[in-house]
Amino acid sequence: MHSFGYRANALLTFAVTILALMCAMASFSDNFNHPSPSSSVQVLNVNWFQKQPNGNDEVSLTLNISADLQSLFTWNTKQVFVFLAAEYETPKNSLNQISLWDGIIASKEHAKFWTHTSNKYRFIDQGSNLRGKEFNLTLHWHVMPKTGKMFADKLVMSGYRLPKEYR
Amino acid sequence: MDWQGQKLAEQLMQILLLAFAAVSFGTGYLLGSFQMMMLIYAGGVVLTTLVTVPNWPFFNRHPLKWLDPSEAEKHPKPQQQQQQAVSSKKKPTKK
Repeated sequence: MHSFGYRANALLTFAVTILALMCAMASFSDNFNHPSPSSSVQVLNVNWFQKQPNGNDEVSLTLNISADLQSLFTWNTKQVFVFLAAEYETPKNSLNQISLWDGIIASKEHAKFWTHTSNKYRFIDQGSNLRGKEFNLTLHWHVMPKTGKMFADKLVMSGYRLPKEYR
Repeated sequence: MDWQGQKLAEQLMQILLLAFAAVSFGTGYLLGSFQMMMLIYAGGVVLTTLVTVPNWPFFNRHPLKWLDPSEAEKHPKPQQQQQQAVSSKKKPTKK
């Protein structure tokens, strides 16, 4: 009964059970990290602002995004996905979110960054509500751990009011 | 592998694996390196396999001492004789 194969099987089973336990503990250790990320976004310019032939408003912005997300990284963090969303209210919908820019941060060294960019994805409203509209710029992030549950959080930053006329 | 050896192999396996798990988790957490934890634990599993899976000589230090077959023939089991006696009694009654 106590053969080579029996012992190898028992060892493998026990080793993998402990491995699962270690991964669970590593995931649990993330609870001791209390991140304090900071970020700021400036709208430097409204490049153009127009009404599409189908009636939807579209605007192009130049943005300066800077953020320090280093405190999000622990030993159990694989990468962080971050995106900047414009959030505003219209008569039809209480919350509209439009992703303007996103990025994947692979390591802690790259988590403190700034970029000067025009919006990566088109800022189009479903309708014609953008003239004179005030919106919030919100930085959302999703932390992807090596083991355990993915979690997300956000930081609401200063807003911006769009011009009253198309240009 | 004898009985004592089996017990030793099983205890060695559990203690070694748990020790390596504790050491690797501690090292990985302190160094902040998940990869280091995995490497130390993988090394520990390989080492434990080498120590406890093959049938090493030190698992065979308490061999069982079986009776010699000729010794058993000299002292036959008393139960066997009784059964034979009962069966021999029954047979004539059937006939």
